[in-house]
Amino acid sequence: MMPSGNKQFIISRLSGGRRIREALALVSGRLVLILINALALLIFCGLLWKAAPLFGIISVSDWLFSSSWHPMKNQFGLFPFIVGTVSVTLLAMIIAVPVCLGAAIYLSEYAGRRFREIARWLIDILAGIPSVIYGLCGVLVIVPFVAFLGELMGSTTTGYSLLAGGLVLAVMVIPFIISISVEVLRMVPDPLRECALALGATRWETVKYVVLKKAKRGLLAAVVLGFARAFGETMAVLMVVGNVAQVPVSLFDPAYPLPALIANNYGEVMSIPLYDAALMSAALILMLVVGAFSLTAHYTLLKIGETVDS
Amino acid sequence: MAHIQIQQLRVSYGSLPVLNDINLEIPDRQIVAIIGPSGCGKTTLLKSMNRLLDLNEDVSVTGSILLDGVNIYDPAMDVTCLRKRVGFLPQRPYPLPMSIFENVAFGPRIHGLSVLSAGGGGKQAEKSLVEHYLRLAGLWDEVKDRLDEPAAKLSIGQQQRLALARVLSIEPEVILADEPTSALDPVSAKLVETQFKLLKENYTIILVTHILRQARRLADYIVFLYMGDLIEHKPAAVFFSAPDDEKTKAYISGEIS
Ligand SMILES: Nc1ncnc2c1ncn2[C@@H]1O[C@H](COP(=O)(O)OP(=O)(O)OP(=O)(O)O)[C@@H](O)[C@H]1O
Ligand SMILES: [Mg+2]
Repeated sequence: MMPSGNKQFIISRLSGGRRIREALALVSGRLVLILINALALLIFCGLLWKAAPLFGIISVSDWLFSSSWHPMKNQFGLFPFIVGTVSVTLLAMIIAVPVCLGAAIYLSEYAGRRFREIARWLIDILAGIPSVIYGLCGVLVIVPFVAFLGELMGSTTTGYSLLAGGLVLAVMVIPFIISISVEVLRMVPDPLRECALALGATRWETVKYVVLKKAKRGLLAAVVLGFARAFGETMAVLMVVGNVAQVPVSLFDPAYPLPALIANNYGEVMSIPLYDAALMSAALILMLVVGAFSLTAHYTLLKIGETVDS
Repeated sequence: MAHIQIQQLRVSYGSLPVLNDINLEIPDRQIVAIIGPSGCGKTTLLKSMNRLLDLNEDVSVTGSILLDGVNIYDPAMDVTCLRKRVGFLPQRPYPLPMSIFENVAFGPRIHGLSVLSAGGGGKQAEKSLVEHYLRLAGLWDEVKDRLDEPAAKLSIGQQQRLALARVLSIEPEVILADEPTSALDPVSAKLVETQFKLLKENYTIILVTHILRQARRLADYIVFLYMGDLIEHKPAAVFFSAPDDEKTKAYISGEIS
């Protein structure tokens, strides 16, 4: 990193037009950054402002931990929705993470270069499919499958359930997490692998004791980013999860995640005074959680960049 | 003591031939220096001897390298076993992402050596093993109080000697070293050179270097490569005083480099 004194020195040595252009580039770059950050802050403040009236009538603990969601009676307990979001996301991660780590390790450490390039290309395509399409496939394939599974296990279910939501969400985040994980694993320098292999370690020993150890922060970041993405995913989950405002107690129960709540209801029941504020407060929770997780992930990703350089 | 014979070795990367028909017998318990201009194939020749070349996807190798009469390019060869017998010291010391102690214990652990040599004595045996190899590499006194620190905290010179201890820890019969002092300051380089001189009593050391003076100081036997061809190989004294080939003469006198 260049000390700022140095930078000024360079600018002052440039002459006339070049100097102005350099300064312009610097200023406009900063301006864009500031604007983007300001936008995030603005959205956050807007949400806070719109949600504020809600806290005139209910306490924070009722808001977060009460299960009674009766907008007509001015009861806005978000607990079922929070549990819905968290459980569908966790379920998806439990399914996705082992698959992703396995696939990423295979692609980075075992597969040939040709195969790796083809696979990464396919994965990028998968990651780019609009989420409605995942939702449709979920309705057509996963929901009937879950209904069948539920019957086998003796619980009555329509198939529109926590499990269906978790599965669809898992399928959606898998390409995303694999893609980042492969990237992270490729950041581990090859000569380091060579060192372990040269000592007579097998490929697996090299992966287990050296590569994964070196990459563990980055892999954690990949998982956290995947979590943040799953947490906010709306459309596909909404289509298969059942959307019943209750705390789910089994995998075959329907659930109602926060994003689905907002998407389904915003703009419809505006006759109820505080409904709007309640939905904004749900959006606030989403934004905070997703923001916090993404920031943490980028912070740790950055860290691995540093250790790999040294 | 493993004996290495190279027969009709040809190596190419994709369609680029890098080594042409190399025939060479490596003398035991000596320091053998492979010298030659940059890009002539020194690293490639060195890495062919414990099949580290295999890590390259588009490399093709023909001919044979016999280790005690067994061709290491035989498909039936156990590569991990080969690499345990023929150790490799890379040009830059990449410390494994673990403590100083664990860096040295890594090899013995994966090969089950610490258990074998101690008859199951466990932790204590491993400790004395690690101390032994750190001493052999001339690093023990500098690190004995900080064995549990991450190896990445050592200076580059110390890291290179750690890499040496790591190679020694798997009890190889041959040590391959690729410009082992090129990343080091003069003092650290001297330390590593000294260790090599001590080690040749018990090991065959094959060393790539582009520093002629280092080859003169250390080597008992010289192998001179030029653009993928083996030009000349003979005992160091003869090589420097009475070279046969015009290219060798030019290289020694510094006309080509
Ligand atoms: N992985 C690779 N893929 C393709 N070509 C390679 C690869 N590694 C080396 N080469 C080429 O093979 C030739 C020999 O390389 P090698 O590294 O063996 O040379 P060297 O004698 O060790 O050179 P230096 O003294 O610069 O280390 C060079 O022309 C190099 O460009
Ligand atoms: Mg080289």
